[in-house]
Amino acid sequence: MTLKLRTMPREEAGVVLTGNDGDGSWGDGFRGGGGWGSSLPAGKIALWLFLATATVVFLMLLSAYTVRRGGPDWRSLPLPGILWLNTSLLMISSGVWEWARRSSRRRDPLTMRFLLVTAGVLTVLFLSGQIMAWQQMSLAGYFLATNAASSFFYLLTALHGMHVLGGMVAWGWTTATLIWHKNATSMIHLRIELCAIYWHFLMLIWLVVFGVLWFEIS
Amino acid sequence: MGYLRQAAPCYKIATIMQGIALAIVSILFVVVAVVVTVSGIWWLPPLASNWGALDTMLIITLIVTGVAFIGVNVALAYFLWRYRSRQGMKATFLPEHHRLEKWLIVLTGIGIVILVAPGLFVYSNFIRPPQDALVVEVLSQQWFWSYRYPGQDGKLGGVNPKLINADNPFGIDLADPASQDDVLISPGGQLHLPVGKPVLLELRSKDVLHSFYVPQFRIKMDTVPGLVTRIWVTPTETGTFEVLCAELCGIGHFNMQGHLIVESETEYQKWLTEQPTVSQTMGATMK
Amino acid sequence: MAQPASKDEVHVEHTGHHEPTSLWSKYIFSQDHKVIALQYTITALLVGGVGMVFSWLIRLQLGFPGQFSFIQPENYLQFVTQHGMIMVVYLLTALLLGGFGNYLIPLMIGARDMAFPFLNMLSYWTYLISVILLFVGLWDATGAGWTLYPPQSALPGASPGAEWGIRFMLISLAVFVASATMGGLNYVTTVLQARAKGMTLMRMPLSVWGIFVAAALALLAFPALFVGGVMLLLDNMAGTSFFIPVVNLFGRQLGHEGGNPILFQHLFWYFGHPEVYIVILPAMGIVSDIIANRARKPIFGYKAMILSILAIGGISFVVWAHHMFVSGMNPYFGYWFAVATLAIAIPSAVKTYNWLLTLWKGNLHFSTAMLYAIGFVSTFVAGGLTGLFLGNIVVDVPLTDTYFVVGHFHLVMGVSAIFGIFAGIYYWFPKACGRMMSEAMGKIHFWVTFIGAYLIFFPMYWLGFSGVPRRYYSFSGIDTLPPSLNGLNAFMTVVALVVGAAQLVFAFNLIWSAIKGKKASANPWQATTLEWQTPTTPPPHGNWGPNEPIVYRWAYDYSVPGADEDYIPQTVDGVPARAGAKR
Repeated sequence: MTLKLRTMPREEAGVVLTGNDGDGSWGDGFRGGGGWGSSLPAGKIALWLFLATATVVFLMLLSAYTVRRGGPDWRSLPLPGILWLNTSLLMISSGVWEWARRSSRRRDPLTMRFLLVTAGVLTVLFLSGQIMAWQQMSLAGYFLATNAASSFFYLLTALHGMHVLGGMVAWGWTTATLIWHKNATSMIHLRIELCAIYWHFLMLIWLVVFGVLWFEIS
Repeated sequence: MGYLRQAAPCYKIATIMQGIALAIVSILFVVVAVVVTVSGIWWLPPLASNWGALDTMLIITLIVTGVAFIGVNVALAYFLWRYRSRQGMKATFLPEHHRLEKWLIVLTGIGIVILVAPGLFVYSNFIRPPQDALVVEVLSQQWFWSYRYPGQDGKLGGVNPKLINADNPFGIDLADPASQDDVLISPGGQLHLPVGKPVLLELRSKDVLHSFYVPQFRIKMDTVPGLVTRIWVTPTETGTFEVLCAELCGIGHFNMQGHLIVESETEYQKWLTEQPTVSQTMGATMK
Repeated sequence: MAQPASKDEVHVEHTGHHEPTSLWSKYIFSQDHKVIALQYTITALLVGGVGMVFSWLIRLQLGFPGQFSFIQPENYLQFVTQHGMIMVVYLLTALLLGGFGNYLIPLMIGARDMAFPFLNMLSYWTYLISVILLFVGLWDATGAGWTLYPPQSALPGASPGAEWGIRFMLISLAVFVASATMGGLNYVTTVLQARAKGMTLMRMPLSVWGIFVAAALALLAFPALFVGGVMLLLDNMAGTSFFIPVVNLFGRQLGHEGGNPILFQHLFWYFGHPEVYIVILPAMGIVSDIIANRARKPIFGYKAMILSILAIGGISFVVWAHHMFVSGMNPYFGYWFAVATLAIAIPSAVKTYNWLLTLWKGNLHFSTAMLYAIGFVSTFVAGGLTGLFLGNIVVDVPLTDTYFVVGHFHLVMGVSAIFGIFAGIYYWFPKACGRMMSEAMGKIHFWVTFIGAYLIFFPMYWLGFSGVPRRYYSFSGIDTLPPSLNGLNAFMTVVALVVGAAQLVFAFNLIWSAIKGKKASANPWQATTLEWQTPTTPPPHGNWGPNEPIVYRWAYDYSVPGADEDYIPQTVDGVPARAGAKR
């Protein structure tokens, strides 16, 4: 039997050294210990993990929807046309975030402020549009418990809306910091980038949800 | 060991005793498990159906897992006794041993294949009822079993749960001609089956989940409202058996027992013809 | 947390972080992972105590049916439901991820804290809210079992009614999912991003590996519980029909139509099966580290251990429907789920062999932590092997929903996981509190609990063979079941009460040792891992004082040939003479 000494030399480590000099800047919540971990900022890793979790939420709902669609009582329902407008609002807002992300790299605080406010306004409009869609649905006589299709419509839009609301908290935090602190720090650039990624995700999820609803329900 | 060195010597003796005691207890568990199993004090109730293959699979599984259980515990007991810390003892630096690991994985893999391959073979029979099986419907509700026989035409009539009411507890579609000769056994009644004939049970539920379970038949299947679930069995012994509910269904779950009578074909036919058909009992409500 | 004032100053200077000074921010709304870990642990242990009381009530009814007039069928089912939910979610998940995850991850990887200390604090308080919500719901009936299968759990009129008891439970679960998600994001991010210099993934102790993979599983599994729970709540309260078809309850037609009860079971077990591994993987990691340390020997097959953790974690997402073989789902699904389920036995077996082979040629020290670690291996085997019965459909059919299942999951994930927790508490208590736990009391606790657990749950296998169905309030009047059942049940109840009393010894030991225990040295078990190399014990806020640790080796350099001592901490540089390694 061969015995191998299992002391690995440091060079064996297959992970990139991040260059964190161990100044212990751990209190700000974005740096951990000595930095032999991933070179991505912690916030970005956590965001991607959260996106995975949120994806599972919608994946589960849509699989449940697919199963439930086979039920004997399934009836389709007319979707309000305002959803098309809402979809374009969210897409534009996602685009504005992307613009903000790029200009934040160029360190242009004035444009950034303008873009962030625009993205926020567009998102608020999206949410208001979603509420109007709910009103139109209920005026047409389709309530949460009317039939399975309307149940799924309300549930999917509500859960997506809650994720958008969560995004608006991050938006408020970032925008407030940007307006009150004249000089944008690297922290704000990161936050803008994270928000942009999150809005792209919100848009993608909405496109899938909307697509499924449009083609399957109406 | 810094900590142990500081401690009183009696502690060390007590500590070594722990290893020996744990070794003895591990062996004891094995012995008790083997004795209880072999003695058959608690064992499967006597088989009364065609599903002897399920018992065989269970016994194969018991042997394979039993060998693993005994092996692991004997090794554990031996190691605990043999390598308990003593004066001047040193552990061997042994981080891995690829050949040993490979063999253990192969051995485990073989064990798994022994279990799963015949298991799935039996399963494919289990889910394929014979074409000529007698169809009987089982309807469950809190906390009773009721049954429906197809009658002379051999076909169960259509049902719709929306039609269920006090006069029509099965929700029978009376417009369906196949319903007319169906035989209904109301809640709390007995299920009669002929011996030696395959039976396909079609299970429905009115309210919540239940599970149709006859220990001597080895079969168990949930009844689900909104669905028809199926299971088949050939009773091989005559006599009276209990139907138990095996899925939690509320307060009366523990009390939801029915009776099942397996009898000869002639007795069964005689009993069946004595039962009123749907057109006889519900004819009035039809008009 | 006593330390010289001068050290505080140095520490503050280096970290630029103001250490909380008020009692309030230090112990209540603390963002220190160690304090949060203790908050999680204490809360979960107290909640577990409530769960244990429910188990006594269940056992009293089973052992001495009809003798306790306050245990009616409705109460009995409530005890069954609450006991299951409390133990699986609010005790085991919270304690292993929130308690051990919080305490061990930063210390073992050499970080100063979690990646997001504030989120970490929020996670604990959210957990506490979920516990309070659950307890508020205790005044109302919850008779659907912890699996919450509809329609029973969704119909306010079903007896027992599914009203505020179930609703509070569902709301509490949704809050718990939020807490677990916050925690999970933190644990995974911290492991990925905040490791000390030199701490590669392949040098991490298995405790961290187990918690890391379990946290990742939690992130991907809990959403299914959340979705299922929300839909169930809507069915229950808003009259939707996600899971409820046309139902005729006690002669009354309800307004539901077209729902599919089995859909809920799929959602539940898509969460529920990984959940089993969310609980057991951290316990496996903890046990691996303790066995290696107490055997003074490297863990056998470190790479195989990690690969099997990953394999178990991966396969756990594709085996869920083995809980549903007789549920009425499409029978052809059974083939896949049986094969995948039995396949998961291979990585589980690899882990068992490796624990045994770590003991082989070791130098075994039987402290209480070690006894519990071996107890874990023993009950994991005794419970895990019977999984091979239940995973193989045709063997599952006669045994499912009988006491065989009860014995199986209690031993493999209930008793085993709690043994992992006990092992971990006895092992890390000196680090967390600066004092040793009483070994004498620990040993009484171990022997009563270990033998008692076997006496309670092992006979259940034979009860299952005899066909005794589970979740029954009483077995009187069932001729199929063996008459000796009653005597055996009474015996199991007495043992359960004795084992319960032993937990009071444990509780007393915790409190007594925290106040009067023998002072612990910095590294009482002579361990290699980083948490034992902190400048003070308990570690200071920020863990490492001015100098963060640098890691030079893996976590298992025990009894290295040629080394002076039988352990080399991960922070020690230089390779000992290789000559000694040859033989």
